[in-house]
Amino acid sequence: MNDFNRNRLVDWALKLYVALSFGFIFAPIAASFVFSFNADRFPSLPLGGFSTVWYEAVWNDPLVWEGLRNTLIVGIVVSVLATVIGFGAAYTDFRYRFFGKTVYVALALLPPTIPVVILGLAMLAFLSSTHLSGAIYSVMIAHVVMCAPFAMAICRLRLSQMDPSLEAAAWNLGATEWMAMRHVIIPFCKPAIFSALFITMAVSFDEFAVAWFVSGLNETLPVKVLGFLQGQVSPRINVIGTFVFIASMTLVILAQILLMKRSAAPAGGAKETGAVTP
Amino acid sequence: MTDQPLVVFDGVVKRFGGFVAVDKLDLDIRKGEFLAIMGSSGCGKTTTLRMLAGLEAPTEGEIRLGGKRINDLPTWRRDTPMVWQSLALFPFLTVRENVEFSLRMRGVERTERRKRVDTWLERMQIAEFADRNVAHLSGGQRQRVALARSLVTEPEILLLDEPLSALDAHLKVRMQTVLSNLQRELGITFVYVTHSQSEAFSMADRVVIMSRGRVEQIGNAQEIYRTPRTRFVAEFLGSSNIFAGNVSNVSSHAVTISTPAGEFEVAPNAARPLAKGDKATFVVSDDRMHLSNSPPVNGLNRLETSVVGEEFVGATAIIHLEGAERIEIKAQKSHDELGELDLEPGTKVWVSWSPEATHILPRE
Repeated sequence: MNDFNRNRLVDWALKLYVALSFGFIFAPIAASFVFSFNADRFPSLPLGGFSTVWYEAVWNDPLVWEGLRNTLIVGIVVSVLATVIGFGAAYTDFRYRFFGKTVYVALALLPPTIPVVILGLAMLAFLSSTHLSGAIYSVMIAHVVMCAPFAMAICRLRLSQMDPSLEAAAWNLGATEWMAMRHVIIPFCKPAIFSALFITMAVSFDEFAVAWFVSGLNETLPVKVLGFLQGQVSPRINVIGTFVFIASMTLVILAQILLMKRSAAPAGGAKETGAVTP
Repeated sequence: MTDQPLVVFDGVVKRFGGFVAVDKLDLDIRKGEFLAIMGSSGCGKTTTLRMLAGLEAPTEGEIRLGGKRINDLPTWRRDTPMVWQSLALFPFLTVRENVEFSLRMRGVERTERRKRVDTWLERMQIAEFADRNVAHLSGGQRQRVALARSLVTEPEILLLDEPLSALDAHLKVRMQTVLSNLQRELGITFVYVTHSQSEAFSMADRVVIMSRGRVEQIGNAQEIYRTPRTRFVAEFLGSSNIFAGNVSNVSSHAVTISTPAGEFEVAPNAARPLAKGDKATFVVSDDRMHLSNSPPVNGLNRLETSVVGEEFVGATAIIHLEGAERIEIKAQKSHDELGELDLEPGTKVWVSWSPEATHILPRE
């Protein structure tokens, strides 16, 4: 920032504003984290003693394990399927020109903008009429629909950074279209593909509403949490909340690191260019 | 060099929707020649190159490579490597892996691959960067990687699409020398697309000038420079003074052409027989114009003009002049010659030239 027209008071006010914004966002999560280690039965101040009793309770709860297992299976399958579909959709957009392409891209990116309740209801209606509801793959189908657009957006961004002649150059050097895909397009998009895997897994990991509609007995962890909340207010929720938060954040941060690393990579070469004679 | 054509474009037309990019192109490319295709953007030169590479399919006509029709042969089954304007190096591969790419795609076995890549890295003087990422190289080094990558299969023909346009002037000249030498040593055909006259004329054996999808002229630098075939070529080169008028008299050794600027005597052109009353256009290149402050001696074509301004072009300068009927004249002179003249803007100056310095355009 330019020091010339800097006002101390405004400076402090802005910093305070940023701090308050972060506080507002993270305070509930931090509270959940703190209370998960609180010995008391009810979340109230002052805090009781430090305890891992609720972690033990969660650890020993078979229902939680079942929910976690469902969540993981769904998360992994969904991230792979959504990334494959998303990449395919992005590549189609990159490579081909066809009638109605704008509509195609708009439709492909649409699902996240539909209110989840409506999407959940629609999914339930559709899946039950096709006899696909109430199973673990019902959640997978619903989540793939929700996650693929994210994967597509990430891959599309990466493809837009590619020199358009790169693929043609590969063909020109003797690569068939499939070989060019394998040896040029996919390696170029690798950071985006991994980042899409992590993001879609994170989205699936804490998606609640649609999973609640279609999961039937195969509840994922977020759906389980609601079950706990309805029955009784138990500090176990804090434990699960902390765990889900850490898991999602790890995935999102991993994705961010991958996306940042690739944009930083080309800058390194510029320094040497002048020194070496061509 | 033999005269046997390696590539034949036979009535090739390429349309993109309603736009005709290449219009009935007939062109022979000889074995072992350095051919430059030159023109302004949108003239069809890049489309021609891309059709030869197999990246675009002709709408009509036939392209033959070594006598065989290649219209429908996909680019990966031709050995027509191209050096791209953007170079299109693979950013996620090292120098060695980039050069190795086409051998790997063609299933050449590992030790053979290594040997051939080493030869080319050595030859292009990039062996010391073999394991570096291509992003970490300078412009000239990247250029050499692109060349090595295209030449590693030892093709019969190399296509180059304005590969030097991103380089600074000094490096450009250096790379021109590299390319000329390489072409001579390898004895393979180079087809070089450019919009730059200096690149085309300094390297190519023959230059093709294209405009709006058609060939305007094919020839060596001297032919095109001294005897442009059409008005477009003369204007494109930009160094000619162009006069259009009607033939007022024809004798055995000279043609008299009457133009709005005056009557001039012009050397006859065997390729363009003229009769009295015909329309004709002739050109005089700017370095053949004489300037003087006093009227010149007889026997020369002359024109009274006034100075508009001076354009500095290194060792020489181009004087811009204006004659009767607002006709624009250019004269290129050395600074020594110019020092003896009064060339303040607005000053009266006589321009003169001999009939032998003129060239009647063969086509109107």
